Amino acid sequence: MDFVHYGLGRWVHIMAGVMWIGLLYYFNFVNAAAAKAAAADGSGAGIGKHVMPRALLYFRWAAVVTWLAGAALLGAHLPDAFMFRSKACAPIGVGAWLGTIMLFNVWVLIWPNQQKVLGMKPADDAEKNKARRIAFLASRVNTMFSIPLFFFMSASGGIFRTGFF
Amino acid sequence: MKNPLDSLWGTVLSGMALTAILYFLVRSLIGG
Repeated sequence: MDFVHYGLGRWVHIMAGVMWIGLLYYFNFVNAAAAKAAAADGSGAGIGKHVMPRALLYFRWAAVVTWLAGAALLGAHLPDAFMFRSKACAPIGVGAWLGTIMLFNVWVLIWPNQQKVLGMKPADDAEKNKARRIAFLASRVNTMFSIPLFFFMSASGGIFRTGFF
Repeated sequence: MKNPLDSLWGTVLSGMALTAILYFLVRSLIGG
């Protein structure tokens, strides 16, 4: 049972997390500037039509799988982590809070607003501009949060734990 | 003041600063 819980659970958490945050970094480090440059020379339509819907599909569902696998890994310690109830759970509790806020941002702020930007939901130009700004800022907040998230994930478990906490 | 999240490197630096703040907060919380 420990093998399924900690072995497979950790593996799935990491794989899904790489897909989620990998696509988040693609959006922020590559696509935002590329889409702007492509819009300026009139070659951006393909990104919105062919790339973004696929990228957002894997992005939002990888976020769900990552969170569920993380919650499963915490198991009975989940309340202790979220409430910072024990010293051992406090560092990963910060990671759990950051990941949860990021999942909220994906499903409540980024995805519904990207649907408007990409024309998957009806919106006029003013609504699209507002939606683009909200989705952009939520995506940047998630990029910012990913930095402490990875720190607390890597610093809070296993044989390296005494290195930081 | 300009929003640091408008710049990619402002975002990364904000993440680093947040990491440091949270690290010292948790250290003080758990008495490390």
